[in-house]
Amino acid sequence: MLTDHNWILTVGVFLPLAGVLIMLFIPKEEESLNKAIAIITAAVTLAVGIATMAWFKYGSDSSKLQFHVDVAWIPAIKSRYIIGLDGVSMPLYILSMVITLLVMIYSWDHIPEPGNAKAFMILMLILQTGMAGTFVAQDLILFFVFFEVVLLPMYFMIGVWGGEQRQYASLKFFLYTMFGSALMLVAFLALFFQTGAQSFSLEYLYAHSSMISTNVAVWIFAGMFVGFAVKVPMFPFHTWLPDAHTQAPTQGSVILAAILLKLGTYGFIRIAIPTLPQAAVKWAPVIGVLAVIGIIYGALGCLAQTDMKRLIAFSSVAHMGFVMLGISTLTQFGINAAVYGMVAHGLITGMLFFLAGSIKNRYHTLEIAKMGGILKRIPRLGWILGMCAMASLGLPGLAGFWGEFPAILSAYSPFHNDYVHLSQPLFRTLMVIAAIGTVLAAGYLLWMFQRVAFGEASPLIAGDVDADGNDLHAGAHAGDHAGDHLVGERGHGAVPFSVGAAGNADPHAEVHDVGIFEWIAWTPLLIGIVVLGAYPDLMFKVLNGSVTKLLAPVQALTGK
Amino acid sequence: MLSTLLASDVVAPFSSPKIDYHALAPELVLAGVIVAVLLADLFLEESKKWVLSTIAGFGLLAAFIPIVTLAVSGHRARSMFGGAYVVDTYSLLVKGIFLLAGYVVVLLSQNYLEEGDYYQGEYYFLLLSSILGMVMMGSSRDLVTIFVSLEFLSIPAYMLAAWRKRDLKSNEAGTKYYLLGVFASAVMLYGMSLLYGDTGTTILKGIGAKLQNGSMSPVAVLGIVFVIIGFAFKVSAVPFHNWAPDTYQGAPTPITAFLSVASKAAGFVALINLIYVAFPHGGDVFQPMIGVMAASTMTLGNVMALRQTNIVRMLAYSSISQGGFILMPLAVAGGKSSGNALTAIVTYLAVYAATNLGLFAVIIAVSRKTRSGEVSSWGGLFSYAPLLGVLATAFLASLAGIPPLGGWVAKFGAFRAVITSGTNWGYALAIVGAVNSVIAFGYYGSLMREIWMKPVPDGDTAPIRTPSSLNAALMICGGATLALGVVPGIILRFSDIIKL
Repeated sequence: MLTDHNWILTVGVFLPLAGVLIMLFIPKEEESLNKAIAIITAAVTLAVGIATMAWFKYGSDSSKLQFHVDVAWIPAIKSRYIIGLDGVSMPLYILSMVITLLVMIYSWDHIPEPGNAKAFMILMLILQTGMAGTFVAQDLILFFVFFEVVLLPMYFMIGVWGGEQRQYASLKFFLYTMFGSALMLVAFLALFFQTGAQSFSLEYLYAHSSMISTNVAVWIFAGMFVGFAVKVPMFPFHTWLPDAHTQAPTQGSVILAAILLKLGTYGFIRIAIPTLPQAAVKWAPVIGVLAVIGIIYGALGCLAQTDMKRLIAFSSVAHMGFVMLGISTLTQFGINAAVYGMVAHGLITGMLFFLAGSIKNRYHTLEIAKMGGILKRIPRLGWILGMCAMASLGLPGLAGFWGEFPAILSAYSPFHNDYVHLSQPLFRTLMVIAAIGTVLAAGYLLWMFQRVAFGEASPLIAGDVDADGNDLHAGAHAGDHAGDHLVGERGHGAVPFSVGAAGNADPHAEVHDVGIFEWIAWTPLLIGIVVLGAYPDLMFKVLNGSVTKLLAPVQALTGK
Repeated sequence: MLSTLLASDVVAPFSSPKIDYHALAPELVLAGVIVAVLLADLFLEESKKWVLSTIAGFGLLAAFIPIVTLAVSGHRARSMFGGAYVVDTYSLLVKGIFLLAGYVVVLLSQNYLEEGDYYQGEYYFLLLSSILGMVMMGSSRDLVTIFVSLEFLSIPAYMLAAWRKRDLKSNEAGTKYYLLGVFASAVMLYGMSLLYGDTGTTILKGIGAKLQNGSMSPVAVLGIVFVIIGFAFKVSAVPFHNWAPDTYQGAPTPITAFLSVASKAAGFVALINLIYVAFPHGGDVFQPMIGVMAASTMTLGNVMALRQTNIVRMLAYSSISQGGFILMPLAVAGGKSSGNALTAIVTYLAVYAATNLGLFAVIIAVSRKTRSGEVSSWGGLFSYAPLLGVLATAFLASLAGIPPLGGWVAKFGAFRAVITSGTNWGYALAIVGAVNSVIAFGYYGSLMREIWMKPVPDGDTAPIRTPSSLNAALMICGGATLALGVVPGIILRFSDIIKL
């Protein structure tokens, strides 16, 4: 069977753990060596991923599960090690590898406090295994295991390397997700027994979905809904997200936004809808309404934020709302858009969090009010921020557009066949409201960009004061006259640059434009945003076949 | 009077029962080791007492050998003494768990006893006796045998709990454990006498044939209830759990580990024997009772654990709550999910033993340095003892049921068993369990937070030196916890062959 290359998925998923194994034997003082091994592991993993892409059969075969492996794992509970890749999982699988590698490269000179690069890198590698595994698992129990594997590393990433409120944020993240996945597990088991307790294999469950009565299915779907909706996160389960994002280190935010949130939406597409089509039809209006509430709520939340990272976090709630709206239509069009939106959001929001991290790194604050005119000081970073804001608000020609616009459009004609149909008036109303959401998105993103980037450089950006508002130029005096020091009384430049006394060397020296590791980490994402924006068919072609296949159980509904 | 009785035909001439020495080999080996420890203690000088722990450890491993030979011998069940004592695959499996858990406890005890200057010979003698009682419990299929095994395993444990005799807390632990334990025994014995009175036999199988749903006499119902209450004390199920936190906190830490794992497991084994063999048709009586106990045990244990600041006390409540999860499958035993429930409990016991013993090994290792049992004393553990920190995290994650560590298999099995029953009652129990597994992370997570995210309390970051016996215990438990989670087949494969 080697001709199928079906070993490649297993290697791609577990290779990061090999890196972990090697790193365990290297003392943590060898920081560079640890980082290098981690980056090489991630790079080799990505190379395996690219080989997977190269061997993947496109065209009409893309709807088939490729590199399919099906071997015994836990016979006693009829769970098997089944993995495979189709058009829907492939982009996400590769995206997880790309993001992990880029985040690691970015970490080369950006290990957050309190250091310990070894542990940080090991956690990221474990995360990578969990994420990639979730996207290839074709057995519910295997899926569940991978789905949970990501929890602890992310918990520690936020809790150890995060900001001030890190312990609160990490626990909140953990408890929310764990609550969701506990109910999800119960739902999985119920699904298993309702389909005759034969197999956890998704293929089997798709084929036997009609064995479950609609009433029972609605309840099982409820369990899965909570599990996946917490992860997405959908309104009203979203409250962990702003905290987790704001407190997480840059790397954690990027991985969280780019990949972890997608585990939830992916779960809907891969598991909840095809295994329980009769319940999906009942739940679709609820999902649609909650999705649109999320869009508007997220946008309004953004308008109220004063912290850049928190603003981006809320924008995630809104964007995932578009994805969920696309999914809730249960149409081929909508779900194609949703998967596209997932990848686009991964690239764009991941990039935005990178930028936020780099700004914080330079100015030690993300208070929008204190910023202004960064285009004057660090123009390259400023323009990249501008481009990402445009991509995020859905500017045609950039990746965001192809996730958002078709998702809205799909709500015009939600799922219907000869027997079952979703309420057209409801979804058309949702469509209109979602469209208003895009206007709001343009509003908060442009407003944010305007406040941060345009105009004259603010005292902070110009390097006249530090993040706490202390006048840097008065450093030496500040040390001497701490008591009678008042920032407002001193004119800018009244005191010549002072060096040393208060530990503030020339403030202008530390603010440099985009650095070399940042360029390496960001360029692939920026290229991705442009390419996927300019040539959307590149991905739609891969997705379409699989989406059609996943929706087949819904199409086959007879309304009984 | 007596002479006429003896002379009459009522008393049949005594003939020795046929004894299958192979089947009894584990017990015989253990008994031999107990005697060896006692004798060696008499002749060893004070400085050579460490030999005792070696004898005890190797003795337990030696007792494991006949278990393996019995398992491969092909006989499905060897029944002795008129069905009172049965050696089958199920009993071999639980005996194996008891012996290995006992071995790890010996490893944990070694340095603890030497450094604390406690009596060693008597300690190992009592520990081994208690383990022998547990091993016997695995095979007991008769009310009297069960009672004898139970006392055999409990009485040494009462003394061991009070082993730190210079410490009032330990005295309290022993006394409390003894008084409540004896009370529970009395209640249970009363229940057994009712059962005997109603059915006219003490052999569980015979009782099982007589007790049928719907046609049970009130006396039999009371008997079942009392017997189950007696064991509810043993497994510290709510509302009979009050002794556990004080006893766990006061007892020497290795004994706490022993009580929370092996002794509790023995209680569950007894419950399984009774429910599966004697009350399989008494579901109407025991199912609601155990269901309510399971739900309240896991909930109350969790809620109380959330407020603890002492690690051992927290783990005492955690162990109560885990006991609720182990009870959960028993609440649906007797129906169509019997097989799943049995697998679930045995799996849970094995996983729980590996995980909890491992966690206690970490506690013992850390307290060698910090000399404290407070949660806050674990602050920054990862920064100065990364291996211990990671192991502790793994054990905690396993207890919380997070894949890929063993705990998820155990929890999964428990959920699976109650959901197979297909009743609303089963689903409700599953949801209570699901919610509880989230609450539990509240305190498991708080320990993880100390390990990873808090500063070292006194700034003392000297590494922790662990003696080799403790290292061995950590490696055994860590390896088992991970292996059970990644390839659960190693324990679940027995699910087809363990039947009662």
